[in-house]
Amino acid sequence: MSVAEPPGRSDPSGRGAAFSGAAGGAELTVVEPLIFDASRPGRRAVRFPRPSEAAWAAAAAQPGLPESMRRGTPVRLPEVSELDMLRHFNRLAHLNHAIDLGFYPLGSCTMKYNPKVNEWAARLPGLAESHPLDPESLSQGSLELMWLLAELLKDISGFPAVSLQPAAGAHGELTGMLMTRAYHRDRGEGDRRTKVLVPDSAHGTNPATATMVGYETVTIRSNERGGIDLEALRSALGPDVAALMITNPSTLGIFEDQIDQVVASVQEAGAIAYMDGANLNAILGRFRPGEAGFDVMHFNLHKTFSTPHGGGGPGAGPVGVSARLEPYLPAPIPTLVEGAPAEVLANAWAGRTTPGARFALDDERPKSIGKVRSCYGNFGMFVRAYTYIRSNGSDGLRTISEDAVLAANYLRVALHDAYDLPYDRLSKHEVVFSGRRQKREHGVTTLDIAKAILDHGIHPPTIYFPLIVEEALMVEPTETESLETLDRFVDVMRGIADQARTDPEALKRAPTTTPVGRLDEAAAARRPDLRHSFPDAEDPTA
Amino acid sequence: MLEAVGVTSVDDLFADVPAAVRASDWQVPPPLAEQEVRAELARLAVRNRIPEVSFLGAGVYRHLVPSVVGEVIGRPEFATAYTPYQPEVSQGTLQSIYEFQSLICELTGMEVASASHYDGATATAEAALMACRLTRRSRVAVSAALNPDYRRVLETYCSGPGVEVVTVPADLAEGGTGTTDPGAVGELGDDVACVVAAQPNFLGQLEPMRELADAAHAIGARMVAVVEPTSLAMLEAPGAYGADLVAAEGQPLGIPASFGGPYVGLMAARMDSVRQMPGRLVGATRDADGRKGYVLTLQAREQHIRRERAASNICTNQALMALAATAYLAAVGPDGLREVAELSVTQARHLAAALEDAGLAERRFTGPYFAEVTMRVPDAARRHAALAERGIVAGYLPERDEPALRDTLLLAATELTSDDEIARLVQALGETR
Repeated sequence: MSVAEPPGRSDPSGRGAAFSGAAGGAELTVVEPLIFDASRPGRRAVRFPRPSEAAWAAAAAQPGLPESMRRGTPVRLPEVSELDMLRHFNRLAHLNHAIDLGFYPLGSCTMKYNPKVNEWAARLPGLAESHPLDPESLSQGSLELMWLLAELLKDISGFPAVSLQPAAGAHGELTGMLMTRAYHRDRGEGDRRTKVLVPDSAHGTNPATATMVGYETVTIRSNERGGIDLEALRSALGPDVAALMITNPSTLGIFEDQIDQVVASVQEAGAIAYMDGANLNAILGRFRPGEAGFDVMHFNLHKTFSTPHGGGGPGAGPVGVSARLEPYLPAPIPTLVEGAPAEVLANAWAGRTTPGARFALDDERPKSIGKVRSCYGNFGMFVRAYTYIRSNGSDGLRTISEDAVLAANYLRVALHDAYDLPYDRLSKHEVVFSGRRQKREHGVTTLDIAKAILDHGIHPPTIYFPLIVEEALMVEPTETESLETLDRFVDVMRGIADQARTDPEALKRAPTTTPVGRLDEAAAARRPDLRHSFPDAEDPTA
Repeated sequence: MLEAVGVTSVDDLFADVPAAVRASDWQVPPPLAEQEVRAELARLAVRNRIPEVSFLGAGVYRHLVPSVVGEVIGRPEFATAYTPYQPEVSQGTLQSIYEFQSLICELTGMEVASASHYDGATATAEAALMACRLTRRSRVAVSAALNPDYRRVLETYCSGPGVEVVTVPADLAEGGTGTTDPGAVGELGDDVACVVAAQPNFLGQLEPMRELADAAHAIGARMVAVVEPTSLAMLEAPGAYGADLVAAEGQPLGIPASFGGPYVGLMAARMDSVRQMPGRLVGATRDADGRKGYVLTLQAREQHIRRERAASNICTNQALMALAATAYLAAVGPDGLREVAELSVTQARHLAAALEDAGLAERRFTGPYFAEVTMRVPDAARRHAALAERGIVAGYLPERDEPALRDTLLLAATELTSDDEIARLVQALGETR
């Protein structure tokens, strides 16, 4: 057969490595060969029909593609049967950790369970096969869904207007910063306001986004309690500041308990208050940023609203804005053009279509920053998020945040003696420990701890972030994990802390049960191997 | 649990929210049981009317999505994992991205491909900005025959750092070539970072890409080729005609239209520019015991390391959609991809001939086209609307973006276009005369 046997069970390491092949000049053991290695001439998974006689004749009567524009060498795609190809990807799947396999407390990523009914909904042919440029009369369902989701996000966040267009959180940030600049320019202050303030605990996307819009980033230090230093903020605010970008709750899992004063100070200075909504999962029904005076926030539908993370996307990063930023939203915006909004909402909540209601895309927005993505955004994610919000409803959304916060605090208390806790105060969605004691006393780094966690079938927390915590371990359990799962994690973490004392060398060898051990990242960067090289003998261009 | 945490009520967990800014009540409706939420989503799905006959493309194409592709991306080990920060337990995702990068390099004839972007439009915009970094110039020249949606996104992205966008004119005259004028590139001046042109272009016409690339290089600019991936089974690879950067929408590779997304942006470049490339890259390496493995690499370009000095702010990309494209290309193979392209090209000619033979339309442009064709149709807007009422989508109306293209229809064919659909379009269009 074309593909070698499944990963060998006789492998003494237990890693399932059974293939040997040449790579990079040295003989390496290959866990799963590349799809290219399975290729055998003439094999295929999918067949297509031949054109009809009529089609053939019509095409033959017209000039073909000019020879000068034709491809010189055939595309060397793999030639595999459907079964070979499916087994290859299934075996690759077996090499992954995922929420559906085990605990995944990756801080700031909100790795909650993704309900399967969301997937059912996104695959409905009426939605999945809907072409974005179909006439609006044929797309009323898609447009209504987008309008309804935007209405729900407005209500949840307290903002009067929403754009669903950004495709990810960082994309929402870019949208928010472009709107910020458009606002200041409109007021004749565009040239003067050149700085964006970002707390030192911020995610790297915040300063990177500010740069993409031509702003200079000014870092604001945190105070000893892990919150933004109000005095430092006030002294940095001035007529040259365009915006504050603040994550709340912060990347330390802490709610900014002076957030009202933070927002007031920013507004007084004439700047825009941007809230990074990455951690919205902690505050549903408790804090509505729009109501609290923020001007703009991005949502991460793939975090708070349970759309699957997909191994790193697709996500979706809608933005909510205050009335003063509303004119600058990306166009177009799905709009109800015939029908009373209250009636259409009431009917939709009761599962009914409102007779005569009509939706359209509003593209007549002269002050809009433009489009940030083709079409209207990651619609498939909108379907899932809408399904999730409707499934949970008002009570469910509140319970999500309550349970998420309870779980984080439970872990904080249960592990606070085993690991240092630089900011030992009420947690929101996550808690950030430090491995500095293990490093100082036993030479065991946070990286060693993370790798040891892998051997227990658990995905490690986010490590070395936020940057202001030495040897950081950022744990976000989410609301969907049982008490038994949390207790097991506590046992694992305490066991590793014990082992750091008794057998630190063993932790440095971890992981030992994963498909591969620690990989040489320095070598990967030094000698980049970013694509498969075809053997010369098969290279028709050679 | 509350007791273990040391609080008496759930509200105590939110004591840090200042009283002045605690949330007031909202109007979010009550929860729905699964059968209820299914009924609601089914209601919205049937409010859409999926046309029985459609020749609509304009950047989003109706291709066969092989069943096995849906099976692969439905695997929860792929769908419910995140960015592979811990490579030891993410080899499935990482190797699939390495295979994706390899396949995109092979398709485009380029040396390096990124792990993916949000869509074709943002990949095009990021490629243009990358060209600005590579050349240290801040003007971008865009073909007038580029997808107008891409143009809009590119303008928004360029407005960020203040990059000027200028147009390279195309011959849109009646009976003209419908393609970009390489001669106009030389008149752009010597401060242009790149020339952006699509092959095939938005109007379906085949561009003189080699001449455009030569003209770009003559003024020290980079050539950004925007391509349609299935066409590369037949058309010359961008690497062979001198493209420096390639951007593409990957949707035709096994991804449903889904009202605009999620899709996947493809970007490829030459190896000497890799350090200015935005987005994730996966590279091969090894562990201490000599096992081959894959990691995220060259991360010094990225926002989580470089912060305000990063090449882009991109973080999450479209990994699962890149997996769909990888599985699609493996499933169809070289012969299948060629058949998709050839069938699309053949049916486009069948369609054009059928409309011409019936005296309903004629080609608006001369010169070669691929699988989408711009046809002159009197009173196009009215007839397009009339057909839509009958569940027939007669392609796209270019006059929505370009007044000069009044009374034309942009009609796309793919391997799914049937002779019956063509016959029904001819019949229905005739009835609207």
